[in-house]
Amino acid sequence: MSALHLNLKVWRQKNQQSKGEFQTYQVEANEHMSFLEMMDVLNQDLIEKKKEPVAFDHDCREGICGACSMVINGKPHGPLSGTTTCQLHMRHFKDGETIVVEPFRAKAFPIVRDLVVDRSSFDRIIQAGGFISVNTGQAIDGNAIPIDKDTASKSFDAAACIGCGACVAACPNGSAMLFTSAKISHLGLLPQGKMEHTRRVNNMVSQMDEEGFGFCSNIGACEAECPKGISLENIARMNRGYIKASLLD
Amino acid sequence: MNLDAKIPVGELSEKWTKYKSSIPLVSPANKRRIDVIVVGTGLAGAAAAASLGELGYNVHCFTFHDSPRRAHSIAAQGGINAAKNYQNDGDSVYRLFYDTIKGGDYRAREANVYRLAEVSASIIDQAVAQGVPFAREYGGLLENRSFGGVQVSRTFYARGQTGQQLLIGAYQALARQVSLGNVKLYNRHEMLDLVIIDGKARGIIARNLLTGKLERFGGHAVVLGTGGYGNVFYLSTNAMGSNVTAAWKSVKRGALMANPCFTQIHPTCIPVSGDYQSKLTLMSESLRNDGRVWVPKNISDAQAIQQGKKTGAQIPEADRDYFLERRYPAFGNLVPRDVASRAAKVECDKGHGVSPTGLAVFLDFGAAIERYGKSKANVLGIHNATPNQITELGEAVVSEKYGNLFEMYEKITGENPYKTPMKIYPAVHYTMGGLWVDYNLETNIPGLFATGECNFSDHGANRLGASALMQGLADGYFVLPYTIGVFLSQEIRTPKIDTQHQAFVEAEQNVTHTLNQLINVKGNQSVEALHKKLGKIMWEYCGMARNKEGLTKARTMIQDLKKEFWSDVYVPGTANEFNPELEKAMRVADFIELGELMVMDAANRNESCGGHFREEYQDEGGETLRDDENYKYVANWSWPNGQDEAKLYIEPLKYEFIKIAARNYK
Repeated sequence: MSALHLNLKVWRQKNQQSKGEFQTYQVEANEHMSFLEMMDVLNQDLIEKKKEPVAFDHDCREGICGACSMVINGKPHGPLSGTTTCQLHMRHFKDGETIVVEPFRAKAFPIVRDLVVDRSSFDRIIQAGGFISVNTGQAIDGNAIPIDKDTASKSFDAAACIGCGACVAACPNGSAMLFTSAKISHLGLLPQGKMEHTRRVNNMVSQMDEEGFGFCSNIGACEAECPKGISLENIARMNRGYIKASLLD
Repeated sequence: MNLDAKIPVGELSEKWTKYKSSIPLVSPANKRRIDVIVVGTGLAGAAAAASLGELGYNVHCFTFHDSPRRAHSIAAQGGINAAKNYQNDGDSVYRLFYDTIKGGDYRAREANVYRLAEVSASIIDQAVAQGVPFAREYGGLLENRSFGGVQVSRTFYARGQTGQQLLIGAYQALARQVSLGNVKLYNRHEMLDLVIIDGKARGIIARNLLTGKLERFGGHAVVLGTGGYGNVFYLSTNAMGSNVTAAWKSVKRGALMANPCFTQIHPTCIPVSGDYQSKLTLMSESLRNDGRVWVPKNISDAQAIQQGKKTGAQIPEADRDYFLERRYPAFGNLVPRDVASRAAKVECDKGHGVSPTGLAVFLDFGAAIERYGKSKANVLGIHNATPNQITELGEAVVSEKYGNLFEMYEKITGENPYKTPMKIYPAVHYTMGGLWVDYNLETNIPGLFATGECNFSDHGANRLGASALMQGLADGYFVLPYTIGVFLSQEIRTPKIDTQHQAFVEAEQNVTHTLNQLINVKGNQSVEALHKKLGKIMWEYCGMARNKEGLTKARTMIQDLKKEFWSDVYVPGTANEFNPELEKAMRVADFIELGELMVMDAANRNESCGGHFREEYQDEGGETLRDDENYKYVANWSWPNGQDEAKLYIEPLKYEFIKIAARNYK
């Protein structure tokens, strides 16, 4: 097991109001650790020195809850494609490397502390229409709605979004188009979700704008940085739906 | 204490239907005036909050996460059971019920489990209607697979992310109720005490994690859907934040903890690789549909693999011991989790383990890749396929089924599981124990309900795969919204709960006091370091194998650790700010107390059943030996604040409809 001696430049910020700054730390890690376990080592060291540990969001540590964030060396979730920070292992870094760690930065994601940001704007976008209006107990038999395998699979691809916000952090405009469109595709592709499609598009897009997310200028950084490979195709699908909705209005 | 499970009388298959139609109703006008607090937004919590909102109650829903969608249900991989019999393979409500009771080693309630099996089919329908993209056949119909302890295919799935998709379904239903104003959502709020007024649960004290402020919330009833307590072992497949605090604070207020020692150790997890490790990662049980579990027959081969001188691929077929297929030919690699875990431990203890630590066995897809490859070649009309072609085709099929799991394995271990067999070892995964509840899912504190993994009710001493999602959603969508009416229909005259009541003041002071105490210790050890110590004790003495002597020793060790914690923990910062270390400290303090209770419960139960394996009680083949005469009961522990000793209350289990027998998977 080879040891890695790393210089970390970490963004420290007490709260939303205060001014943040980078601080430099030395950490000894090994190649089998995940990035967050390396951060655990840093925090353990800080606590032993009676200093404030670095706050960061994390939970499942298996790439599915979407809690972990961090921009690592300029990239949301770090250098490896299709990987969340918690699944990024230190074997992808070199001994002696300097690693810059920052929070996801976007107007609609205010900083809570250090690397923790407030992503509740995403919840409000879903609340605006990211659902199918069916009450418990109203459902018909599952097999009464046959769905062809390819459609189910496409819908799943969009539904795989973990709501982490890397797309927003990657976008120079701080746009949430990829996130919003993934939900619109997930539901809109399925026969169960078609009924409310137009309404859904309208309401979700309005909420997205209201939250202060930027516009899409077709850069594609969102797709490139998405740990779950959510495709730009979804944005095209949403735009089509939005144009249709505006014409119907 | 009067422990009435309130099981309706009558035929097993009619109990729920008849009972459901006799539950008193609350009129829509009254529902609007009734506040219900729901803590937790996993499958059980989110489903309950959404359904109660739909019914018209005033719901207040709490999560410590930044979003309800992060609850740990999201990480469930393999699937959800339902007695649909879509495969025409002889499945039925009765068979699902029977498999679950038997899988739980006859330590669960008949009536509860039957109800679970009964509502299972509606869950699938509901999820489909919500837009959960389950796996489909080419004909557009729902696809199934098999899980452990079962000989039919009744598991519905959405690739290896079934929990994620079901939780998103429940989360969206919840979001809809939030948008309609029926549910008020409080994210980054953690319940730190239960408020009881005149013997009834009437509210909670929650800490706003962003500001550190304590806030009081009143409700006519409180529903917990706060998950399990596997993190008492420090290393588990649970998320880092999963904790017992809400349930434990309820125990301190008088709720009973049932069967706390019943822990599920899942056989297929990525083995521990070092001390820095913060959690363990599960490899879904669905892999055992196609993966074969083995170790080298010869210890010399195992040692060569441990030292890195040989790889699994170099061991010839004749020198491999497929120990599950050998010991349990009827179920083979698909024996229940507790059986598979123990068998792996036995092989590793004998020295046949295959990782540098000797604590791992192989999960091998070689045979499946070849089988699928040949079949695919046939379909494509390639009659003289080369071995390379077959492997390539077979790998593609395996990738379609388990691709994301294989990727996850490779990310963590750096090894390619298509080429070298996976290495796996058992790890703590789920807790069958939990708050005692009656048939209404109500605890012994009137007005306090517990749902999902947080309660003890349906899995006995061992849970079958793909049944956790089923139970969480059954409780949340189809049971609690009805049964809570029994209590709430008596509360229509109760005015809005006054949060200025003395009970709220006292509870808030209690929490403030504990938080300050934690901050003021100013010792030398981090919360994490102390949590690791607890985990080591629990795993060593209360893990896969337990014995009286070890458990007695463990209890003293945990009591010492508790003293060490309260005199030497270091929590930086203050209580009046965003402070993740303080949150952790509160949770670990509760885990330490729970740990002691688990050890007591394990020592009390002088038998082996399901996941509870007492070394003193096994047959000559190493199988569990139950003692139905003396321990066919639910062990309920009362340990309210300020009491030195926990008290045991027994609920005897009655089997009226099935004949109980030794569990046999051979």
